[in-house]
Amino acid sequence: MTATTKAPAETDYEIVIGLEVHTQLLTQSKMFCPCDAHYADDAPNSHVCMVCMGMPGVLPVINQRAVEYTIMTGLALHCEIPELSKFDRKNYFYPDLPKGYQISQYDLPFCRNGWLEIPVDGSVKRIGITRAHLEEDTGRLLHRTDPATGEAYSLVDLNRAGIPLLEIVSEPDMRSPEEARLYMQKLRSILVYLGVSSGRMEEGSLRCDANISVRPRGQKEFGTKTEIKNMNSFRSVQRALEYEAERQIQVLREGGRIVQETRGWVEAKGVTVSQRTKEEANDYRYFPEPDLPPVVLSRAWIDEIRAKMPELPDAKRARFMSEYGLSEYDATVLTDERAVADYFEATVRDVTKGDLASRAKSAANWITGDLARLLNAAGSDITQCKITPAGLAGLINALDSGTISGKQAKDILERAFASGDQPTEIIQREGIAQVSDAGTLEAVANQVIAANPKAVEDYRKGKAAAVQFLIGQVMRQTKGSAKPDVIQPILVRLLDALKE
Amino acid sequence: MTTPTMTNEPWRWTIAETAEKLRAKEISAVELTQAHLDRIRAVDGAVHAFLRVTADEALAEAKAADERLARGQDLTPLTGIPLALKDVLVTEGITTTAGSRFLEHFVPPYSATVVKRLRAAGAISLGKLNMDEFAMGSSTENSAYGPTHNPWDLDRVPGGSSGGSAAAVAAGEAMGTLGSDTGGSIRQPAALTNTVGLKTTYGRVSRYGLIAFASSLDQIGPFTRTARDCALLLQHIAGYDPNDSTSADVSVPDYAAQLTGDIKGLKIGIPKEYFVEGTEPGVVKVVEEAIATLKTLGAEFIDISLPHTKYGLPAYYIIAPAEASANLARYDGVKYGLSLRAEAADLEDAYMRTRQAGFGPEVRRRIMLGTYALSSGYYDAYYKRAEQVRTLIRRDFDAAFAQCDVIISPTSPTVAFKLGARVDDPYAMYLSDLFTIPANLAGICGVSFQGGFSEGLPVGVQLLGKPFDEGTILRAADAFQRVTDYHTRWPNLAAAAKPKGATKAKKAGGKK
Ligand SMILES: [Zn+2]
Repeated sequence: MTATTKAPAETDYEIVIGLEVHTQLLTQSKMFCPCDAHYADDAPNSHVCMVCMGMPGVLPVINQRAVEYTIMTGLALHCEIPELSKFDRKNYFYPDLPKGYQISQYDLPFCRNGWLEIPVDGSVKRIGITRAHLEEDTGRLLHRTDPATGEAYSLVDLNRAGIPLLEIVSEPDMRSPEEARLYMQKLRSILVYLGVSSGRMEEGSLRCDANISVRPRGQKEFGTKTEIKNMNSFRSVQRALEYEAERQIQVLREGGRIVQETRGWVEAKGVTVSQRTKEEANDYRYFPEPDLPPVVLSRAWIDEIRAKMPELPDAKRARFMSEYGLSEYDATVLTDERAVADYFEATVRDVTKGDLASRAKSAANWITGDLARLLNAAGSDITQCKITPAGLAGLINALDSGTISGKQAKDILERAFASGDQPTEIIQREGIAQVSDAGTLEAVANQVIAANPKAVEDYRKGKAAAVQFLIGQVMRQTKGSAKPDVIQPILVRLLDALKE
Repeated sequence: MTTPTMTNEPWRWTIAETAEKLRAKEISAVELTQAHLDRIRAVDGAVHAFLRVTADEALAEAKAADERLARGQDLTPLTGIPLALKDVLVTEGITTTAGSRFLEHFVPPYSATVVKRLRAAGAISLGKLNMDEFAMGSSTENSAYGPTHNPWDLDRVPGGSSGGSAAAVAAGEAMGTLGSDTGGSIRQPAALTNTVGLKTTYGRVSRYGLIAFASSLDQIGPFTRTARDCALLLQHIAGYDPNDSTSADVSVPDYAAQLTGDIKGLKIGIPKEYFVEGTEPGVVKVVEEAIATLKTLGAEFIDISLPHTKYGLPAYYIIAPAEASANLARYDGVKYGLSLRAEAADLEDAYMRTRQAGFGPEVRRRIMLGTYALSSGYYDAYYKRAEQVRTLIRRDFDAAFAQCDVIISPTSPTVAFKLGARVDDPYAMYLSDLFTIPANLAGICGVSFQGGFSEGLPVGVQLLGKPFDEGTILRAADAFQRVTDYHTRWPNLAAAAKPKGATKAKKAGGKK
């Protein structure tokens, strides 16, 4: 059951990891006020109002869409959705927190006791979800230094303050940094599928904190844990946890003790460093938010939300395998991102030749092969791809009908990818079509034979390679639009006729 | 229904009769407003009900009201009526301090929902009224801007925290005012100043724009001199507000129409827990006389019990400070209000200096109480237990209201006390709210009206009503006022009032 990790010290210690993931929700407005939630790179404090600035006398109003997204996520994670939920105040002072408390959820979150599955060693492992609750994001501090005096100061930007934030807390069920990364990837995939999150870790709209501890193999009790912050990519999740696991094991091996603390991952140095010990930890003094009545979640509304939910990655992968006869590998790659899966299905619909399985196979090959390579090289993703699914299907259809060669197809794909013209447009505009007309080819072959007496002589002497050379010459003359297997019999017939 | 009044003293009129005179063009809104501004200039130096008189704005609003009256369209009983607001209600463009040094220069960018509603009804605001800092207190002595004096005895407190709102109505400086009631902050000062003060049902009036003290207890309500005027004001501030999720989507009845004068068969409960030792005999006597009067009007009295009453005060002094400790966390010197960050060594030092300088001792005391009650390890023993008490008190009232329509009690155990008498004894001060606090914990409505006098000082009678049944308690208070004249009596401020010439000179200088 337990997966192996690359950490060499893992032989006598077991790693235990739980993750706390925060995602901003893709609502139009903020969590408790009407401000536009899409602040991106807008000027500081341009998406603010009395409520999210914490003016005296203001009151919060719950964004129903954020609650809906939370419940949708809870259902996707197989959580229980209690009928009664409420918001609480989490109290602490910081300049990015305008009210001096964050409206969050404490003992009655919207979602609890769920799970998701990750692939481990060829089977699946279930990771428990303790809870998922809704809260508001904080503002941001911009740290500056006065160029004249050298004095450091901070500016407060409240554009982010009040953006709906969903926190998803896992059970300490992961046993390796790799499992943690797989969990993160799976969770992201689900959130993006649901359309509730942009899933962008690098932008901070999806964030991850980890609790990690180690214990001697066979020991039942958990070891002392540390909390790791500042991991801004899937890769850094795995790297940071690999580092931290090894650090903890090292400390224990040397007879030391793990200090319960918060540690930050320093990407550039590849290390975690202590930020705050437990003694300095805040007492958040949670209590029920008196400005918001408890939330009653009717079963009818939950059913309505359930009915609206899209197909999720696991179900889609299974369907791709059964419906299209795809391999598990292809199905996994194609369903990792909802946009890729949608692109694939749209492409298959427009491919005309062959049965469903063969149409799916060629669409899958192009999407996971050449197209993926081009997207990778350009550093973009399928949502930004200029070639439409219909365009790609047109290319596949031209290839299947023998109108163009494989080489031409790759060439057209590249040009279409760069220019934004659809492949079928390029084929029609440039009159590119494979030369398969025997009369035209015979004329070209005769020219080539006349122009290359040396090769003809070699052929007479029995050198087979001479034919390959002459085939190459014909292809050159036809600019690659003739297939070698069509040229060869024509050439051989003409050469043999010369022998006689 | 008109009582003899001197026409040169329109500030003595009720809102109801003034509304008629305005429509009959016997007086203009500008004249009426000017009369009140004159009255404020004459007596407020002694009373100090106002923190800020917005004369120019008031006269401009009065002019607009006169135009509205001339058109004869969109008229409400409040059109052209000069009112004033407790300084805990935010007013766009007009400094709002909540009685705190922290907000001395705070000019809100928006107006409270009730302020907008009154303005829409055509009412005029004369200015902002003194109060205990952040509504924490029972005497208005906790104001950072000096205490308000009781118009009935300038050496005594007007009660609190809405002391300015009560004193202004008592002294004829405004025809009606708005206050806020968290544990008795409307009813207790009303009792001490011979005015009518209504604590509305939780959710009846939007709290949007009310600077929060304790969110689950705070309610806005009117001060007036008659129950009818109170109904007229309530009519225009009540109702659901989408900006306040705790406001109730319950329809607003015609309150004035319920003032029939008929209380035959009205069942009034007398809770034995509210008639105990510690209440001044003069106060008890007035309440007993009020009961006798109401009996002659046909009301029926029954003895009831509210067994958990004694736990109300301690539960309140945990819940209210707990909520306050969070509500007041926003005053951190980062965004608005006082900030001493320039002279601070670091962030924490900036918080400490700012909050130390910005808050008075009572506010700091309650923040500490509340922070303690919510702290890890104490939450269950304090906050959670207090919430359990709250449930028990609510059930007490549920059970009582199964037997009776309204509940009668003294509003305050004492008449107005001397300024400074309880300043150094917070617990004695807290006892002022013994009879008013349970209604806040239960979320029900309550009114204090003029029951009579003891040793020359006003005594208030409290009627508590079922949730959203303001109409019934106002009907009883109105019926009482139809057969009594306590509400028509005025404090003698002649000695305190500035000579008329001085007023005139000031007025000439003050007007554009
Ligand atoms: Zn906002």
